[in-house]
Amino acid sequence: MERNVFVSRRRIDGFDVSPSDSAEAHVLAVDDSLVDRKFIEQLLKISSFKVTAVDSGRRALQFLGLDEEKSSSVGFDGLKVDLIITDYCMPGMTGYELLKKIKESSNFREIPVVIMSSENVIARIDRCLEEGAEDFFVKPVKLSDVKRLKDYMMREVRFGTTNSGGTNKRKLQESCDLTSSEPSISSLSSSSSDSPSRSPISPSSAPSSIPTPLDSPVRRLKMTNTGGLI
Amino acid sequence: MDSVVQLQKQLVDYIASLFHEGFLDEQFNQLQQLQDESNPDFVVEVVSLFFEDSERLLNELAKALEQKTIDFRKVDAHVHQFKGSSSSIGAHRVQKVCIAFRNYCEEQNVEGCLKCLQQVKHEYSLVRNKLETLFQLEKQIIAAGGSLPAT
Repeated sequence: MERNVFVSRRRIDGFDVSPSDSAEAHVLAVDDSLVDRKFIEQLLKISSFKVTAVDSGRRALQFLGLDEEKSSSVGFDGLKVDLIITDYCMPGMTGYELLKKIKESSNFREIPVVIMSSENVIARIDRCLEEGAEDFFVKPVKLSDVKRLKDYMMREVRFGTTNSGGTNKRKLQESCDLTSSEPSISSLSSSSSDSPSRSPISPSSAPSSIPTPLDSPVRRLKMTNTGGLI
Repeated sequence: MDSVVQLQKQLVDYIASLFHEGFLDEQFNQLQQLQDESNPDFVVEVVSLFFEDSERLLNELAKALEQKTIDFRKVDAHVHQFKGSSSSIGAHRVQKVCIAFRNYCEEQNVEGCLKCLQQVKHEYSLVRNKLETLFQLEKQIIAAGGSLPAT
């Protein structure tokens, strides 16, 4: 029986058919700059994404229904978020801090997160990737960057974030959820999220048992920015 | 019909000159590519936001630099924002001044900062005029029944 909570229309389609249609995919964009928000919103819309743009990490968490302390229950329905793209430098909560909060949440850790920044600083890029970001875009963001986003969503589908386990899901179950047969979202409380479990399931961390294709954007990015070192 | 063609040529030449003189860069092309039938006013809208944002930032910068004790981190934060937004719309010369401005902030060089404030105000008003002229030309073309040349 289908569970509305984590199987969206798009994912059913993407799972069964060729994953080229992202018309249903919903992106949450976070940027404190008015101009940049308008810009990224248009970039995403023209690439056939649904967009919600907010001006702070705080608001992003509120939108997700992820309050600071209390664990979120099943009811974060409405518009499911398929990807989060956030600016790095923001007053209050930085994009990095937002990334951490999302990856620490058992409900949301599987949502791919992409960071944007006007500063092309290797240490910053590495930090974000290590924390589980899918990619890092140097501003100003280009249309070609946004087109890459579809890959992250498709990869999530291929790695089986829907019901029946891909290796991804099994790892998650082993490390933090021994009772529920549902792999992700819904019933896990955030207190059961342990940091070690983050890396095994994140496709972007290098030493995981999930093979990252050699030409994955993350690898490409690392190679471009660090001159060949991974 | 003739005048539409003339206007269109004028527009193309005008935009080319703005690029040539460094007022605009490739990013402005990106903006134009994002405009389509469902968002026909996108460029005007985002540039208008840029104007609003810039006026605000220039005010904040003037205030911050008038203080007896200047908070350079605050000044830098404003310049950082200005640099970001100008870069996003392709306002190349404004962005360049912002880069120099940030260096002076880092050095806590008051004179340098004041100089940059004047420069950035100047460059901003130049590009603002240019863009307003550009939008006027576009309006004229549309009013004359023509369509905007593809970018």
